[in-house]
Amino acid sequence: MIKKGSQIVCESLLREGCDVVFGIPGGAILPLYQTLPEYPELRHILVRHEQGASLAADAYARITGKPGVAFATSGPGATNLVTGIASAQMDSVPLVIVTGQVNSWTLGTDAFQETDITGITLPITKHNFLVMDARDIADTIKEAFYIANSGRPGPVLVDIPRDAFNQQVDYSDEPSIDLPGYSPSTKGNNRQIKRAAKLIAQAEKPVIIAGHGIIISKAYDELRQLAEKAQIPVITTLLGISCFPEDHVLWTGWPGMHGMAYSSLALDEADLIIALGMRFDDRITGNPQKFAVNSRKIHIDIDPSEIGKNISVDVPIVGDVKEILLELNPIIEESAHPEWLKRIDQLKIEHPSLKLPQTDKLLARQVIKDISEITDGQATLVTGVGQHQMWAAQHYRFKKLCSFLTSGGSGTMGYEVPAAMGAQVADPDATVWSICGDGGFQMTMSELATIVENRLPVKFAILNNGFLGMVRQWQEIFFESSYVSTGYSGNPDFVKLAEAYGIKGIRVTDKTQVKPAINEAMDHDGPVLIDFIVEQEDNVYPMIPSGMTVNEIIEENLDQKVTS
Amino acid sequence: MSSFSEKHTITALVEDRPGVLNRISSMFRRRGYNISSLAVGQSETSGLSRMTFVVQGDTKTVEMVAKNLNKLVEVIKVLDISDENAVSRELALIRVNSDVSNRGEIMQIVDIFRAKIVDVSKDTLMVEVTGDEDKVDSLVDLLATFGVHEVMRTGTVAMSRGVSFESLSGPEN
Repeated sequence: MIKKGSQIVCESLLREGCDVVFGIPGGAILPLYQTLPEYPELRHILVRHEQGASLAADAYARITGKPGVAFATSGPGATNLVTGIASAQMDSVPLVIVTGQVNSWTLGTDAFQETDITGITLPITKHNFLVMDARDIADTIKEAFYIANSGRPGPVLVDIPRDAFNQQVDYSDEPSIDLPGYSPSTKGNNRQIKRAAKLIAQAEKPVIIAGHGIIISKAYDELRQLAEKAQIPVITTLLGISCFPEDHVLWTGWPGMHGMAYSSLALDEADLIIALGMRFDDRITGNPQKFAVNSRKIHIDIDPSEIGKNISVDVPIVGDVKEILLELNPIIEESAHPEWLKRIDQLKIEHPSLKLPQTDKLLARQVIKDISEITDGQATLVTGVGQHQMWAAQHYRFKKLCSFLTSGGSGTMGYEVPAAMGAQVADPDATVWSICGDGGFQMTMSELATIVENRLPVKFAILNNGFLGMVRQWQEIFFESSYVSTGYSGNPDFVKLAEAYGIKGIRVTDKTQVKPAINEAMDHDGPVLIDFIVEQEDNVYPMIPSGMTVNEIIEENLDQKVTS
Repeated sequence: MSSFSEKHTITALVEDRPGVLNRISSMFRRRGYNISSLAVGQSETSGLSRMTFVVQGDTKTVEMVAKNLNKLVEVIKVLDISDENAVSRELALIRVNSDVSNRGEIMQIVDIFRAKIVDVSKDTLMVEVTGDEDKVDSLVDLLATFGVHEVMRTGTVAMSRGVSFESLSGPEN
């Protein structure tokens, strides 16, 4: 059958189970867009900036487990995607990005809107392709999906010159994969799994630290079985949050720079760390030489290059965490560690990291606590990056699996708006709360139009402190409160801004108004934006300064009044 | 750290496609690994190239280099052959100052190294030498006393000795 390259793209996407595409058209990708009406099963969501497309696709992928798909045209369209692509690469999120490129015969001539996007994205994609001939499109897209969502997931970019979209070719063969250098192993080494079971049996103070890998591989039940069978406390990483219900008795918070002090201390005191689908990021380890020196370590991860990268381990197991736990759980012994669990309870009492100071002021943390209470921990929370992100991770009690979306590795401010959109598209029935900073919100707020256009009932909570709050906090602590370029005195009236988009806007300036406003937002059938004017110079605690250890942890002095 | 200057020889079988070298060099640059030399050529299988890297670093670094090479989709197989009984060779062309008065002396040195003179002009000789890195270094050093104009080296290529025939049958082994 004779088909055009653009038709082959659409049919290949459908074959891979894609149903939503985020993107913006432009000259080079126009032939593909003009074909979209032939494929009504492919829902296209017209974003307002390509960064919105890549970040929305990221959230869509995290919720559905399928690669998120984004389209952009050549040149600036493609480069605008870059932040979202880098973000997905750092957080192991599968994306398939299709970019239009200038006509093949003008490639390399600095043609209008020509950018070497495969060159630019080479270090921030799992893999990328430039497809010069429409006959290669079907195979390439099949390979792109396979690479994106197998092994350690990541973004894959497929760049297609304009003429290849128009090229008419015979399209009848089943697409096939030819990747001789790519065969991720999922099954763990048996001998190592047995060694792991032995270490677990010997441990007196074991701790599990569960990462994003649990969510990616949907190993929720297996994690729970392991924890319950051997009575092991469960700490998560930031991206592991919501892989384990936080009302579970074994849940022990998350550690690191702004994690709960008792979590960091538990890691430090443990005699065995069972690391599941995580990568010992520097935000967790602080000084890697002094991190958790009292423990032996079992490290289970699908990416061999993560094993031994930051921390040396005793038992490395490369493979899919779910498959490995399915092998491991039956051979571990049932046990209990009453002394150790008692010690952890004691740490929780001695270090009440989640306790709020007594104040009449409106603290951002209070807003999160109230949202948590009103939604009963069942909402999907999407955050930007900074203080509000840390407070959201600390004070929301996640009871729904895979319900916390945040940019961890890359720390992409502005994630909160397009990612909330992607999450709502992926799960239309979910209650999606976008926790925003007033800084990050302004980086991507153009997607409010997309949200209105697609009738997405996202609830936005701007924790508006008029600062780039986390940067201000660093300036306060490390630069004698010299607030260089962190004050946002020119913020718009966010309520009026919301109304300009046709979104219900609410302003909250007082602690007593928080719950009524949240309830009002929940009752409203459609998107709502609440502008919470919060305490400007509140700090995130605990804090382990960069490169330090848990011994240098700074905890909040709850007796001291919050500065004003 | 004494081990930092350790040299390791790594070979990689890779797909012969545009951009592969770029991906590999980009990975080395981004991760801050140090390549002393890099040589690329076709392998015994069409469509596949073989690369030899000489990498500086301790064992852990080199292990991470190999893991990160393996992670690239177009890299099929990576071997660290530093500890094995491997043959390492590079070829160098050396243009050295020479006139009638010292030509004989240079030819003697070239003979000792089993190198060849491949071009002669009024004031210079071009020497071709093959050998491991140390041998080439030594010859360049010796010839430096006469004045070396230009040195062109291919970088090391390496192969394990005495590998059984079966393991040569295909990239999958």
